[in-house]
Amino acid sequence: MDAEAAKSIGAAIAMGVGAIGPGLGIGILASKAMESIGRNPEATAKVQTAMILAIAFTEAIAIYALVVALIIKFV
Amino acid sequence: MEISLAAETLFHIGSMPITNTLVMTLILSILIIATSFFLKNKIKLVPKGFQNIVESVLEALLNLVDSVTQDRKQSQKFFPLVATIFIFVILSNWIELVPGLGTIGIHEVVHGKTVLVPFLRSVSADLNFTLALALISFFSIQFFGIAAIGAAKYAGKFFVSPLHKPYFIGTFVGALELIGETAKIISFSFRLFGNIFAGEVLLIVMLNLVPYIVPLPFLFLELFVGFIQALVFAMLTLVFLKMATVEATH
Repeated sequence: MDAEAAKSIGAAIAMGVGAIGPGLGIGILASKAMESIGRNPEATAKVQTAMILAIAFTEAIAIYALVVALIIKFV
Repeated sequence: MEISLAAETLFHIGSMPITNTLVMTLILSILIIATSFFLKNKIKLVPKGFQNIVESVLEALLNLVDSVTQDRKQSQKFFPLVATIFIFVILSNWIELVPGLGTIGIHEVVHGKTVLVPFLRSVSADLNFTLALALISFFSIQFFGIAAIGAAKYAGKFFVSPLHKPYFIGTFVGALELIGETAKIISFSFRLFGNIFAGEVLLIVMLNLVPYIVPLPFLFLELFVGFIQALVFAMLTLVFLKMATVEATH
């Protein structure tokens, strides 16, 4: 197959596989945070702040995969 | 539909290329500085109107910084850096939603094809800007840490001698922490760049497919993502600053 087609497939696989891990990670994080808010509604602000921070860290991994896909496709 | 990963140069001053993101950065900085001068001259004890809005935003930011540092004096030390990062990044994230930003430009011939070089481009969609901000954060974390607990104790966090209690494991963990510090630079810059650049590409693609009404949820998503990324950058800098000024507990 020619280079353009291979680049497109490479970019697609990079992003697709790279989104599995962070997707699961964010789901687990958010579910534990919901649980703890449900048990203790007074601690909502603290739990929420920590949750947003942790979600940003896990989402960064998906962004790395996205950057690799963009580099494959456009550079 | 041309999507360019790097920022396009508009012209050269001497041998330094001026990119469209550099022009945008200058515009944003002039905007922020002019606003603060304007407010400073007309400051009143009982705030009204614009001064009220700015005061409420700054008070919310100060409370946010307080909630992490738990110490008013320390938050007053960290506040200028963290609040500037937040305000600058949120403005540069939201500026990409202004209509006409990436579309008004001139046609140039680059590598044999005619592409559109826009005059302005969102600042955070340029890896140079996010890398510069990440380096600023990294070096201020080191400086604040050394200023708070002294250079010897701060270096003692990373270079643990193998002759004391956890023996070689302590040295190994110290080396890992050192690598982790440098990984922060990469993670900061790529997180912001990836989010904003991907948002721009998403908007270009959606507006190309259906120009009316359908891109509305994506514009809202970009608004939300811009706010969250600015908040995350500022809060992560704050959290690392706090962790750097705490003595190593062993």
